[in-house]
Amino acid sequence: MLLGPALGLSAILFSLGVAGVLLRRNAIVLFMCIELMLNAVNLSFVALAQLHGAGGYVMVFFVMTVAAAEAAVGLAIIIGIFRHKQSVDLGNINLLRG
Amino acid sequence: MTEVVFYIFAAAAVISAALCILQRSPIAAALWLVSTMFSLAAIYVLLNAQFIAAIQVLVYAGAVMVLFLFVIMLLNLGHAQSDIRGPSTVAATLVIVGLLGVELIALFTYSPRQLASELPQWPTFTDPATVFVAGKITQQATEARGVVGAVAAPLFQLYLIPFEITSILLLVAMVGAVVLAKRKV
Repeated sequence: MLLGPALGLSAILFSLGVAGVLLRRNAIVLFMCIELMLNAVNLSFVALAQLHGAGGYVMVFFVMTVAAAEAAVGLAIIIGIFRHKQSVDLGNINLLRG
Repeated sequence: MTEVVFYIFAAAAVISAALCILQRSPIAAALWLVSTMFSLAAIYVLLNAQFIAAIQVLVYAGAVMVLFLFVIMLLNLGHAQSDIRGPSTVAATLVIVGLLGVELIALFTYSPRQLASELPQWPTFTDPATVFVAGKITQQATEARGVVGAVAAPLFQLYLIPFEITSILLLVAMVGAVVLAKRKV
């Protein structure tokens, strides 16, 4: 059944994703770390679906859909920012600073 | 045997994820992330979710990561210098991630038996097979209708409305991506 080990692996991967978001300044790598966190959550959904039925699998579909939509829109925004600033470094993106 | 294979792929996933967040080049980070996703697909197979594993390889490792690699290629970022933040941020990150990890890794000791014993409506009776009947029903549906059928039946019956809303979300994302990435005319 492997419920506990799968949930532990999910926890480690989620923590690594959070570490990446906090550590990196490259906007594209930051998006990859968000994908890593979504994957970790998917793993816990699949592990718990063994006990709680196929609803977990359906939820994984929805998470994947949201991840694909978020990646498409986010990367389009990054391309727009790159045209404007010639950089994807988050330190240079301060348009909203008062 | 299953546990040994699980731990091999779990180690591969963790090492690939760590290398993904530490690689200087965005392309190397993307390729390590693909490796993490393949390891997770193998783990889904071990957890009896073969269809999810196929979708993981097709959608995540295929479509989403190709999108990332295309954007990296368009922006010509292959030779960037290191973008890891300064030492104070690294220290704060270690503290935050350490606390979060300790909280979450407490889940490592969970088993179906312990989850069953913690459910309030069965304070004394702790046989997981009788508490979690939904998992058993899904297992029987998989044997009767195949892997895809067991997932498709709830998707198109119980979760039909969220599924249709998902299509609207994809349409909005498609239009939004085109409008945002289009050059001003």
